[in-house]
Amino acid sequence: MSKTFTLMRARQRDRRHLLRGAVAAAGAAMLTGCDKLSRNEAFVATLKSAEQLSHAAAGVVAPRRALAQEFEPSQVAPVFRSNGTLSPGDADYVALRNSGFAGYKLAVGGLVAKPAEFTLDQLRALPARTQITRHDCVEGWSCIGKWKGVQLSRILAQVEPKAEAKFVLFRCFDSMDGPSLDGRDSRYYESIDMDDALHAQTILAYELNDKALPVSNGAPLRCRVERQLGYKQAKYVRGIELVADFSKIRGGKGGYWEDEGYEWYGGI
Amino acid sequence: MDIEAERVAAALAPPVVVAARSIYRHRLPVRVMHWVNVVCMAILLGSGLNIFNAHPTLYWGHDSVTGTPWLSIRGMNTPQGPVGKTRIGDAEFTTTGVLGVSKVNGQMTERGFPSWATIPGPQWLSMARHWHLFFAWLFVVNGVAYVLYTIFSRHLVKDLVPTRDELRNIGRSIVDHLKFRHPTGAAATRYNVLQSLTYLIVIFVLLPLIVFAGMALSPRLDTVVTGWVDLLGGRQSARSLHFLAAAGLLLFVFIHVFEVIVAGVWNEMRSMITGWYKVPADPPSHEVRP
Repeated sequence: MSKTFTLMRARQRDRRHLLRGAVAAAGAAMLTGCDKLSRNEAFVATLKSAEQLSHAAAGVVAPRRALAQEFEPSQVAPVFRSNGTLSPGDADYVALRNSGFAGYKLAVGGLVAKPAEFTLDQLRALPARTQITRHDCVEGWSCIGKWKGVQLSRILAQVEPKAEAKFVLFRCFDSMDGPSLDGRDSRYYESIDMDDALHAQTILAYELNDKALPVSNGAPLRCRVERQLGYKQAKYVRGIELVADFSKIRGGKGGYWEDEGYEWYGGI
Repeated sequence: MDIEAERVAAALAPPVVVAARSIYRHRLPVRVMHWVNVVCMAILLGSGLNIFNAHPTLYWGHDSVTGTPWLSIRGMNTPQGPVGKTRIGDAEFTTTGVLGVSKVNGQMTERGFPSWATIPGPQWLSMARHWHLFFAWLFVVNGVAYVLYTIFSRHLVKDLVPTRDELRNIGRSIVDHLKFRHPTGAAATRYNVLQSLTYLIVIFVLLPLIVFAGMALSPRLDTVVTGWVDLLGGRQSARSLHFLAAAGLLLFVFIHVFEVIVAGVWNEMRSMITGWYKVPADPPSHEVRP
């Protein structure tokens, strides 16, 4: 009896070990499998298909013109967190910064009827919008700030986009890999669709928390696209271009981080 | 066989012959949805931890500058080498090797959760988001289908909602669980009261919470009804609740798997794969029941 019992216990133990081993092996295989799949182009394309679904679903449940939440002045963070480029080293930017951005001109062109340039004074002379909004970084942190600037829709109304213009592309001053010697362009760029471009809260901001936009937050001009994540909010905006598609521009994904694998639609 | 003969047969039979009968316990849709859910939850957890690592601090409030941090898993360099520190409220723990600092390809590296727990293994935020958001869709579609199925097949009312009698006897169920005593016979064919209450909490509290808290992290979905994120205490609170709900689900999975092992892993697995469950026989008794 006791022998049978010992045998039974041993068998149970073996089973337990087998089970534990199997679970551990399955877990390890799953993780290795996931890493392999992350490098499989077709699989990643399948994963990325969720982006279109999310974008479409967001458009269905969130009304097109719905505003992002705006906050009370008391909720503004004392210091607005800066991320990404904190001070561009590019020669043209440094020269402008040293002159207090006196010679800055925002060029707006591409698929428009009347290309135009705007100095900072001209931008400040246009009707302004002030908004206290929450900036959500793709990393997970948030920061509330008060922005003042001109609505992008006003600029677009002046330059008159052509019917085939589908996206607004922002070209920025800051080279992400530092000013490049081999001529490779790594300057930040971003793009948004016309829905976001014409949204009431999409502004070209020149003030943060009642002061001129600091260099670390994108001086002299940055974009605010309040219904998307932080990387969509182009800093150090150099020029604006309206395009029909961006597949031939740089990495073809419509933005610096998009070319690095992030979603073009940053609303999720 | 008439009743009298059955009674005689029962009386004469040695106790072990009170054989286990098999019942069809889980219907096909429930089995399929269960395993789809297992895959989704495993991938959502792994990719979620990778996303967490991109900013390994959680707060209460709207904003991470003015919000109150309550969990932080970070690494720091000391003269003795890298040290992982986990802070929960005011308590700080050294968690080198697992949390804050852990080995990546043999090299001690600063990262929140270790590479063996994240999908993908390397710190790779954009890829983790692709995994997370794809499987989030599958998870929600599967979950909604499950809830609709439980309602329309009456699985919810018949099997998941405990009866008044069961609720009255909850004390006994607690004692049985603490003694690892599992129901046999007819009792084993029904979810016991603790089990069904746990399932109800998971299905109708934790799962909706994790989905809504996850949606609150989307700046676009925040605009569906202006200010709805305040119901969760703000976006950073929503991020914390999303994490805590995941922790709650993980705890559920541990208990669930533990109970499966204690109750008989092969029988339980068979019933969730083929549907057929061998009902454990009642303890041997020579008592003759009419």
